[in-house]
Amino acid sequence: MSEAENATEPADAVLQPASPVLRDLLARFAGHVLAVNEYRGEATAIVDRAGLLDVCRHLRDDPACAFDMLVDLTAVDYLGRRPRFETVCHLLSLDRNDRIRIKVPLEEDDLVVPSLVPLWSGANWLEREAFDMYGVRFEGHPQLKRIYLYEQFEGHPLRKDYPKEKRQPLIGPGAVHRDPMNDDLTR
Amino acid sequence: MSDTHVHTLVEEPKPVLRERPVEPTEDSLDLPFEPMELKMGPSHPATHGTVRILLKLDGERIVEAEVEVGYLHRGFEKECESGLYYQAFPYTDRLNYVSPIINNVGYALACEKLFGIDVPERCKWLRVIASEVSRMSDHFTCLGACSLELGAFTAFLYGVEAREHLWDLHDALCGARVTTNYVRIGGVSMDVGPEFRALAKEKLAAAGKLQQDMEDLLLSNPIFLGRMEGTGLMGRSELVALGVTGPLLRAAGIPYDVRRAQPYLTYDRVDFDIPVGEAGDNLDRFLVRIEELKQSRRIIEQCVDAMPTGPVDVNDPHIRLAGKGRVFNRMEEMITQFKLVTEGPKPPVGEVYQAVEGGNGELGFYLVSDGTGKPYKCRPRSPSFANTQALSPMIEGSMLADVIPTFDMINMIGGECDR
Repeated sequence: MSEAENATEPADAVLQPASPVLRDLLARFAGHVLAVNEYRGEATAIVDRAGLLDVCRHLRDDPACAFDMLVDLTAVDYLGRRPRFETVCHLLSLDRNDRIRIKVPLEEDDLVVPSLVPLWSGANWLEREAFDMYGVRFEGHPQLKRIYLYEQFEGHPLRKDYPKEKRQPLIGPGAVHRDPMNDDLTR
Repeated sequence: MSDTHVHTLVEEPKPVLRERPVEPTEDSLDLPFEPMELKMGPSHPATHGTVRILLKLDGERIVEAEVEVGYLHRGFEKECESGLYYQAFPYTDRLNYVSPIINNVGYALACEKLFGIDVPERCKWLRVIASEVSRMSDHFTCLGACSLELGAFTAFLYGVEAREHLWDLHDALCGARVTTNYVRIGGVSMDVGPEFRALAKEKLAAAGKLQQDMEDLLLSNPIFLGRMEGTGLMGRSELVALGVTGPLLRAAGIPYDVRRAQPYLTYDRVDFDIPVGEAGDNLDRFLVRIEELKQSRRIIEQCVDAMPTGPVDVNDPHIRLAGKGRVFNRMEEMITQFKLVTEGPKPPVGEVYQAVEGGNGELGFYLVSDGTGKPYKCRPRSPSFANTQALSPMIEGSMLADVIPTFDMINMIGGECDR
């Protein structure tokens, strides 16, 4: 993983990126944008968690950015690296036909990041999925609960330390199914 | 090629047939009101997709709807992370299993972007043909299933018969009908012979005739039109905020299509139109798909004529296997093949996102490489996931019966939505 670290470490940052959006971000949010890079023609900004909402609001509302669609949001587990986790979101501007990737590094013992639901309602399910698969908590999410797996599932399967062979079947007479409409447990 | 020509399907915005208040008020009800709870699915006869919709009803009006997905979750990402890059192809077939080759192509393009390689001309044209054949089979399935679930059984059979013709083309391309596993990193699994051109034209003509029959049956049917017109409406800004793409977004009048916006392969060299609707109701979504079928046919017909001869695989033994004749007779190629199969091709360290236009919208792959033969992260951005999220705001406030056409036009594909 040592090579992968370099790819996203601030040391690799490009000082004068070609993308005007990245240059704008560096000028406006100097304290919050940790690094920017361009790889295979794709612009990436690494932003700290405190500045995420401001940066994203600017990217959405500024007519020179106009990133009106949150295309995707996920997390990556760089086990063995610090900070261990990263949330990654991909934004698209329909008018300007441009894309940008925003990443937020997160420590394992403090796995909380502001929710993007107030900015893009489509973040709702995507954040639930990232919570389900990686255990990232999104602060301000209206209803943060598992989306694919069942309530009683233990752990977060896309973490690198979750063994692929591990099975947690929800079958048999002992399985307790939660009725999602009523909070009481029914058998 | 006509640049960004927008094809308008409907002349005027369609009137909303029924007025419906979103929340029942005290005055609108004579009797004491208590919402009824209804669990629709996960195995409902009138929805093609394993999903559960939890409804709160006031009479037949939906007060609240919650959509539950995940019944088809198979851990796509975990499986891909534990295998080599090329071993993920069969899994991508099973993302959107109605248009498998588009998934193959999307994943291959993401890998090639990561590796920094370009494929030969003939391969690009073949991939465009294969993608459009897949898109047509996706749309035929969607339109056919929709008509079936609204009671038009004959139109469904026409749709499925047309899909059979397209699957014959899948068969001619790669020898499989449904789970194709056709595309490779740096090429495709096999080339087609000169007879493909005539076969494609014959099958497309047959599918086109069936599509016309379907259209004639459905678009003059007052029951069908009544269920489709004015239902499932959603504002443009809300659609964009939810990340809805594909025919749903285009039906609302936003001409975003990855094939035109960020052209890949040879889409910038073929002539096709992007159909858009106006009102954005279910009927517009239906009409947009019908028109896209015609456009896909147009693309394939141009491709089979324009496709050059030549190799279909990149000439790089570290990416694509060398021919068997060389592998069996020469030591060097034998070793390279052994290494390629056991360790897989190794991309440089980095991360890429590559989008293609899938059957239901933008299908993207986000790959993170740590320099080894296995993807560190392989994430599909599936259009069905974003589109299905829009279901509950679309149906809240409408009648229970409107769930069926709206769900049909969202065309949730379980494999892709639940990954």
